[in-house]
Amino acid sequence: MLGRILQILIKELLELSRDRWGRFSLLAPPIIQLLLFGYAATFEVNAVTTAVLDLDHSQESRELVSAFTGSGRFRIIRVAADEAGITDAIERGDAAVALVIHPGFAQRLRKGQKAPLQVLVDGTNSNTALLALGYVGQIVGTYSTAHMIDLANRVLPGPRTQLVEVRLEERPWFNPGLDSRWFFVPGIVGTVTLVSVVNLTAFAIVREREVGTLEQIMVTPIRPFELLIGKTLPLYLIGIGQVFMLLVTGMIWFGVPFVGDPFVLFVGTSLFLLTSISLGLLISTVCTTQQQAFASNFFVINPIFMLSGFTTPITTMPAAMQALTYVNPLSYYLVITRGTFLKGVGFGVLWPDMLALAALGLGLLGLTILRFRKSLD
Amino acid sequence: MKLNRIRAIAVKEALQIWRDPRSLMIALAMPFMQMCLLGYGVSVDIKHIPVCVWDQQANQDSQDLLKRFQSSQYFQVVGAFDNARAVTAAIDDGRCRVALVIPPDFSARLGDSSRSAVQALIDATDDNTANIAIGYAQAIVSAYSADAWSEALSRRGVPALAQPVALESRVWFNEALESRNFIVPGIVAIVMALVGAQLTSLTISREWERGTMELLVSTPVTPLELMIGKLAPYFGVGMLDAFFCLGLAVFWFTVPFRGALSTLLFATALFLVVVLGIGYLLSVLIRSQLGASQIALLVTLLPTTMLSGYAFPIDQMPGVIQAITYLVHSRYYVTVLKAIFLKGAGVTEIAFPLAAMVVYAGLVTYLAARAFRKTVD
Repeated sequence: MLGRILQILIKELLELSRDRWGRFSLLAPPIIQLLLFGYAATFEVNAVTTAVLDLDHSQESRELVSAFTGSGRFRIIRVAADEAGITDAIERGDAAVALVIHPGFAQRLRKGQKAPLQVLVDGTNSNTALLALGYVGQIVGTYSTAHMIDLANRVLPGPRTQLVEVRLEERPWFNPGLDSRWFFVPGIVGTVTLVSVVNLTAFAIVREREVGTLEQIMVTPIRPFELLIGKTLPLYLIGIGQVFMLLVTGMIWFGVPFVGDPFVLFVGTSLFLLTSISLGLLISTVCTTQQQAFASNFFVINPIFMLSGFTTPITTMPAAMQALTYVNPLSYYLVITRGTFLKGVGFGVLWPDMLALAALGLGLLGLTILRFRKSLD
Repeated sequence: MKLNRIRAIAVKEALQIWRDPRSLMIALAMPFMQMCLLGYGVSVDIKHIPVCVWDQQANQDSQDLLKRFQSSQYFQVVGAFDNARAVTAAIDDGRCRVALVIPPDFSARLGDSSRSAVQALIDATDDNTANIAIGYAQAIVSAYSADAWSEALSRRGVPALAQPVALESRVWFNEALESRNFIVPGIVAIVMALVGAQLTSLTISREWERGTMELLVSTPVTPLELMIGKLAPYFGVGMLDAFFCLGLAVFWFTVPFRGALSTLLFATALFLVVVLGIGYLLSVLIRSQLGASQIALLVTLLPTTMLSGYAFPIDQMPGVIQAITYLVHSRYYVTVLKAIFLKGAGVTEIAFPLAAMVVYAGLVTYLAARAFRKTVD
């Protein structure tokens, strides 16, 4: 039995090593993607393009504007002379935020009246707009409070007034610098691996079927079970190699820490590969031509990737969509990679995800074997 | 260039599509399914962040503060603990994202020194959710703080002072800040990019692998005629898909549509030429189907989502990566779609991305026609 498995294994490796593009696609693209996406994937909002219309030209209005530039969150790209300049900057997309300070701003402040500050925000990307609005609120709040104390000390009788203040001290755990890369890099590793492993697996079977060599193999004494092992073992090895290569690159290049137990991650990765390979096999039993396999891969991989919690959190999905993530292998693997990388949690916390991955993998494999037997009769 | 030769190829290709009903079904049903899944599933409206509390003060003051968190739609209090261990465990296993810790001397310090603090422990693995949670929490705490101050002042017989600077913010283009409004047009672009690549990228490699290329080469058809003939039927299928996707976006997901239909259709047809051309080019360049599919998956699936600006804002990426996004075809279509849908942009406002798509389409078709050599080695 072992000998037959070994024969298939050698044949598979030989076939793969002779496909120049297939070989190339295993090495360069994953690394390039990791580097590109590691930089690209961020929802952070820094140096927001800002246009300013200051119609007051006072000490106070200038202070307010410099509070914005001093925060580092806003970058003034245009000082407009009139409303039209502001509208134009937002409509063209040159500026995402515009500040309008009306005449009389300083005068009203000094008198203790409400002084309006108008802020226009391009809401096209609601996430960016929301974060930018939050920063605007903080900056204006600080500025406003400083003026309020000032005013209180001038108008109130008696000893100097003390500001009553409750502060929020935030302690971001696991990612103290709130660095997007720490969040996304472990996720990219899983996603890139999923794409290549599912595709390789699906093609490994469908190619034989399309070229007609599957019948030849089936007349040899090999059993379907042995054939599956011989076909998938090389893919598992490739997957483990790819994950390892990407993780090391992510840690060295992006400085993402690994605080957990490598063995926990290894077990999680193996289960994830089992599920990915089973998924690829299942696709291959449904398809008869390579074109069908390819089309199905797009069909299957894209939602898995988009609905895994990789870019947008699962908790923001409607309940029905959240339920779908229970059969999504990538969403479990993301919990495992982020958990081991950043939180340093072990089997104690991750066992439900691992169990689910194992169940999903075995379920898919069972389905595959059933279909595979049938498709040969 | 002879029209009848193009027609002959187009008819042959159309027949081939027609006789593989499963592939055709996938090509038509896939965009529909994907639009439904992703349109519902992908959202960055971060609400109901799970919060647990450790209230060491447990009096009127602390209850007041916690009530404000409870009544906010952004937070959902899911548990109360009385020791650090339980709080840590709840964050570790993801039961809560934020833990509010109110110190035992919260009220005492507010009375003595007028300064007090609440601690927020935040699971910052997902830095975007963490950032938004911090923003909301700070807004709640500073409102509490302002009220505490006016109360303190009124105890001294001083009328309450209002915050001097009144922030009037107005959001344009996506007034309710709904993420669906910018996500759904982006998803249309992603789905169209996938459909295009998936439709064509195997047309040439199939001929090679099946051995029909010799037959094609021996006919008088020129490379350009072959390309046009092969792509024409796919263009028809692709436009049908585009109608599905855009129709769903407007009528089902009710994304505001403020532009002109003609601009939209023109841009969509242009984008379709680009994606079909890329699929064809890959198909010509890479002879084995495994290689072609692997590369097509890698260059379309992930870059389309990560580097197109559909969710991650391009202007927040490092300069080098921003430069690379100019190579990503979907970047232009995403820009055009968002501008037409939300901003009601006309041809002049989106002249740059439209021109870029024209250049892209020209370049890709030129390269594809050139790369195809009528030789059999």
